Amino acid sequence: MTNIILPELGEGITKATVACWHAKPGDSLRQGQDVCEVVTDKASFVIEAPRAGLLKSICIKEAQDAPVGGVLGTIE
Amino acid sequence: MGMKQGLVIEDWGLVEYSQALERQRALVQKVLEGAPDHLVLCEHPAVLTLGRMTKPENLLYQRHDIEARGVALAKVDRGGDVTLHAPGQLVVYPIFNLNNTARDLKVYMESLQEVAVDLLKNFGILAISVPGQRGVFVGPTKIISIGVGLRKWVTYHGLAINVNTDLSLFDLIKPCGLNVRMTSMQELKGHHVPMQDVKPRLVEQFQRRFCFL
Repeated sequence: MTNIILPELGEGITKATVACWHAKPGDSLRQGQDVCEVVTDKASFVIEAPRAGLLKSICIKEAQDAPVGGVLGTIE
Repeated sequence: MGMKQGLVIEDWGLVEYSQALERQRALVQKVLEGAPDHLVLCEHPAVLTLGRMTKPENLLYQRHDIEARGVALAKVDRGGDVTLHAPGQLVVYPIFNLNNTARDLKVYMESLQEVAVDLLKNFGILAISVPGQRGVFVGPTKIISIGVGLRKWVTYHGLAINVNTDLSLFDLIKPCGLNVRMTSMQELKGHHVPMQDVKPRLVEQFQRRFCFL
């Protein structure tokens, strides 16, 4: 299983809000495919699938915050 | 920041927002595949763009009232709240590959704000960026809005600079969800400011700030 992680976005940025998921659990993903989008104050950031597989779970739902380094979802 | 390939400047003129968004996406892909950074300048026909964080209460009128004033509505994949674009507003889309410089959103946003403040200084307008509030202000009024998107650390969206914008259109919204009045270079200078005077100064500021010279 592989975690989809909220990456470092910049100095002093500790969290981001999940704006939307482009896939639901059970969907098959290609490596690099857009899987969700997170937003900070005035920027949106597209998160891609770190590898091919099935989206196993969504850990941070839309409109919820995730810490940098936190697990947004998992792929198996 | 290191040495970079030259910056490609594209002036798209007056272009529909949705069409410009498609063209930006195509450029992001090109830049990801190794093309040099691009700086796009354009204007949009009147449109309200609704970011992911848009609160419905920041639209002060019903959709049909807004459209009756000749203003379209578009949902967009950027952070931030509602923004107005209209002719006379210089819209700037930097398509920059931050993988080549600093992968830091805060540094990038601050650089955009510095570009905006320095541009206005060129026209004798003393502007400031307010900590914690994106955008650029002159006294209590806001003159430039900022909203960015990133895909694999390539930037899109950008700046909206009110040069000669019809400011009455801002009555339709709470711009960016803030209780601020918008202003323009025209209002502050007391006369029309030719777009052709602003564009080269803006390009120069980008080249300086992002080390393309």
